[in-house]
Amino acid sequence: MVRLERLTKRFGAVQAVDEVSFSVARGEVLGFLGPNGAGKSTTMRMLTGYILPTSGTAVVAGFDVVENPREAKRRIGYLPEGAPAYGDMTPLAFLRFVGAMRGLEGAELERRVREAIARTSLEEVALRPIDTLSKGFRRRVGLAQAILHDPPVLVLDEPTDGLDPNQKHEVRKLIKEMSAGKAIIVSTHILEEVDAVCDRAVIIARGRIVADARPEELRRRSPAHNAVRLTIDRSREEEATAALRAINAVREVQPLERVNGTATLLVLPADGADLGATVAGLLHERGIRVEHLTVEPGRLDEVFRALTASRPS
Amino acid sequence: MRAVATVFKRELAAYFTTPLAYVFIVIFLALAGAFAFFIGAFFERGQADLESFFVFHPWLYLFLVPAVAMRLWAEERRTGTIELLLTLPASTFEIVLGKFLAAWLFTGIALALTFPLWITVNYLGEPDNGVILAAYLGSWAIAGAFIAIGACASALTKNQVIAFVLGAAICFLFLMSGVDLVLSAFRGWAPPWVVDLVASFSLITHFNELVKGVIGAATAVYLATLVGVCLLVNTLIVDLEKAA
Repeated sequence: MVRLERLTKRFGAVQAVDEVSFSVARGEVLGFLGPNGAGKSTTMRMLTGYILPTSGTAVVAGFDVVENPREAKRRIGYLPEGAPAYGDMTPLAFLRFVGAMRGLEGAELERRVREAIARTSLEEVALRPIDTLSKGFRRRVGLAQAILHDPPVLVLDEPTDGLDPNQKHEVRKLIKEMSAGKAIIVSTHILEEVDAVCDRAVIIARGRIVADARPEELRRRSPAHNAVRLTIDRSREEEATAALRAINAVREVQPLERVNGTATLLVLPADGADLGATVAGLLHERGIRVEHLTVEPGRLDEVFRALTASRPS
Repeated sequence: MRAVATVFKRELAAYFTTPLAYVFIVIFLALAGAFAFFIGAFFERGQADLESFFVFHPWLYLFLVPAVAMRLWAEERRTGTIELLLTLPASTFEIVLGKFLAAWLFTGIALALTFPLWITVNYLGEPDNGVILAAYLGSWAIAGAFIAIGACASALTKNQVIAFVLGAAICFLFLMSGVDLVLSAFRGWAPPWVVDLVASFSLITHFNELVKGVIGAATAVYLATLVGVCLLVNTLIVDLEKAA
């Protein structure tokens, strides 16, 4: 549905986006991640036709955004960063304006506007100037504008930025609901969002793609993936540590905390091996009572940091 | 064309949602009246025409019209709505045209509200209403040229004050290019055809014709070309920003 082909943007000497290629299928929600200034917004702006790429292109529903911008734009719903809207207009007037610009008219326009207002729960503020609305409502006005024409492709630049947890939940629910028939690209730097809504994540750093994988796969790259966290009696800590270190598949055993006569250890596997059963079995054999044992799925933020932190190129 | 009409309607409505529009209209009417009566000696002239009213319009427009045009693009850049506008399925020229027409009609509304003056001369004497109508159209056309120039200036910046100053300065150059003061600056070094070219840019020369009710072909072509070129430059400025 959306295909980016070696999309590149240079601002003077600065290489903002460097040959970014990926594609998004219908029904897929793609999380577009990266630290601030990595080139997320620039990429989205090229995709939506706000700025022209220095080289490369993107194809939206069969239409090249450089060759045929009008047809490509017709098929995109776009929420720009910060959800800009005309502050002097009411959400109702604003949505009618955007709808008319998109070629909707008459009863069809009214129906779509009503639908978009209902989906984003804007009824109570529909007749108040956008300038007077809270950040959460304004963000929803931006979303309503993006979904108004039921586009096959949605591009949302930080749709939950600055929202409170309830509002974030609402927006994520909305994105999930709409994902069935659409290709959706959501940029974010909030990692929990990836788990909440995305089927796939593309991570960029300094304009280049550094990862393109499903969230589970990314998590597997975390050093803490499949690590076992266990709590045992303080008096058996040394014994347990020594025994666990003797296991081949164990890379390291780290003490995490000692409270009230208990000790919590983190057992890190070598090569992400699944240690849960082995560890539990070994401790049981030695008669060490385990109060608590969890297997860590791995942490996205660690993977994110490892992939995007500055390193010599 | 739909996009032009849609942008036009939004922009025109935007003028009237803030008090600015009313303030502008009041200032325009007050100044236009004051100039006509006190400086133009509307009554003392003892003539049933509106020449003393129209003759000051270019100078009024010099400050008031850039103020109308300054927000057209600068405001969009400042608030970021330009990103929304330019990702809607419309060409840049359609948006440029819609904005221009809205601002131009707004100045037309302000101008039309001077009608009591027209009633006054008709009450006091028997003026040539054809001449007055032509002068109104001419005055409105000058306002249109200034709007087109001001819109270009507005597209260059996100600061409305800069847009205003820049717009007024360019309008001033167009207004004054026929005056000796400006021409003598060119005479020293430029070949005569350049001097003639600069002189022919002068709005004031054309305006003096218009005030007398003479709408010459040369003047019409000049104004239409000026507006057309400005709209194209405006489109170019917006598009170049996209490619930057």
